[in-house]
Amino acid sequence: MKIRERLDKKTFSDEHIKYLNNQKRHFFKVKFFQIGIIILFFVLWEFFARFKLIDPFITSSPFRIWNMLISLNHSGELWMNIYYTTFETIVGFLLGTLMGVILAALIWFSDFVYKVIEPYLVVLNALPKVALGPIIIVWLGSGMSAIVVMTLLVSVIISVINILVGFKSVSEEKVLLMKSFGASKLQILLKLIIPANISVILSTLKINVGMSLIGVITGEFLVSSQGIGYLIVYGGQVFKLDLVMAGILILLVVASIMYLCVSNIEKLYLKRKR
Amino acid sequence: MDIKKDKKIILEIKNLSLNYHTLKSETAAIKNMNLDIYDKEFLSIVGPSGCGKSTFLSLVAGLISASGGKINLKNFSFSEIGYMFQRDCLFPWKRIKENALLGLEIKRILNKKSESAALDLLKKYDLKKFENYYPNQLSGGMRQKVALIRTLAINPRILLLDEPFSALDYQTRIDISEQIRNIIKNEKKTAVLVTHDISEAICLSDRVAIFSKRPSKIKKIFNIDFGGEAGTFHEKRRHAKFNEYFDKIWSELKNEDSRKTR
Repeated sequence: MKIRERLDKKTFSDEHIKYLNNQKRHFFKVKFFQIGIIILFFVLWEFFARFKLIDPFITSSPFRIWNMLISLNHSGELWMNIYYTTFETIVGFLLGTLMGVILAALIWFSDFVYKVIEPYLVVLNALPKVALGPIIIVWLGSGMSAIVVMTLLVSVIISVINILVGFKSVSEEKVLLMKSFGASKLQILLKLIIPANISVILSTLKINVGMSLIGVITGEFLVSSQGIGYLIVYGGQVFKLDLVMAGILILLVVASIMYLCVSNIEKLYLKRKR
Repeated sequence: MDIKKDKKIILEIKNLSLNYHTLKSETAAIKNMNLDIYDKEFLSIVGPSGCGKSTFLSLVAGLISASGGKINLKNFSFSEIGYMFQRDCLFPWKRIKENALLGLEIKRILNKKSESAALDLLKKYDLKKFENYYPNQLSGGMRQKVALIRTLAINPRILLLDEPFSALDYQTRIDISEQIRNIIKNEKKTAVLVTHDISEAICLSDRVAIFSKRPSKIKKIFNIDFGGEAGTFHEKRRHAKFNEYFDKIWSELKNEDSRKTR
């Protein structure tokens, strides 16, 4: 805490100390309300359920969710399902981003290919990928491969579009500079376009965490007998709302952790680059 | 002193023409241009905006091909032409040293010898202590100097400078343009500069060529000679001849502006 040290040494003016204290107060105020709202939400939920102001059979309650989580943990289902969903998602967003980069590079290589393929990208991007679910089931069965393909369908097209925009926004002058050194198109790609777009690729990776989760959960809804998506859909079918709510809660935590991981990697990179 | 007499030509432009094509129209940007460029001279090109000065440089660099005419390089190839742009185009993810070596790396001629030659240039022009910095830690003027060294590192026969100072603030601009001229003279390079700035052209150049409006050709060429009486840019600007050159070039450009383009 550098600021603390300097505060102790009183190297700041009174006015500046006042400003710092104000900032600190503001920071804690925001945090207080952020945490307060979620606590209040759960307390009210539990309260209404306990006193039968709402029907816990269809709304569940924090306490019942907690019990459900404990029993899932005992039976080992909790971690197994988290494992499946996490694994599929990670494979999905890594593979999706990688394929996005490769396809974007191929399209970048030739203006002709870009012009030919552009309307296909637009149309495929507009298509809700869930609609392709039945085809995937028929072609690939109900295993993990079907789910990964689902995530790729969701993430690849949008990745290509994002990355391609990045590739094309590299300054024309820099490309001309490379050409003035007699650079080949491959050299321009590897030495300029891709390095200049690392931050775009990382932010695509971040978007793809969300995209892959959509793909994985949709996939699990449609075909699977494992994963958090399966838990949620099964809970719905047998009318165990505790299970549905527990599933959503787990998903929330898993999604947040994955997002935070990727977003921290991105921050680390940007910080290194300053 | 007549430059033409005691210098040898290293680049010859004969009847050069270039037409722009768009779906709607065809525009003649350059028409029947003739120009000789002499070894180790500093030639500036000024002209009304949109007269195809930058296009001219791209043609000379061999980056675009002409509609007609010829560019004869005397005993060297297009790969020995160095190009400097308005912006420094340093790659932010590379250190200054790596940026300076970029041309060598791309041309696949990076070896111990060429690397140490490039690093010597950094040292010679006071950038040695920044060699491990990233570009965003340097001021605009220093970055442009690094860009020059990146170009010099490939040991070009001729340097093409496309308004390389116009993105700098006024004070830096005067300072850096003088430094860059001195480096170019020191390294005995030929340079062709495109600029809007008449005083810059007078201070930097041995000759100033005036381009006409589109379709452009050479309208007039002035030999700039302070007769050894003025060395630094500051001295040049205070010299009586400076105003004389300025007025001449100004009125040529003024004439050009009032002439209707057909």
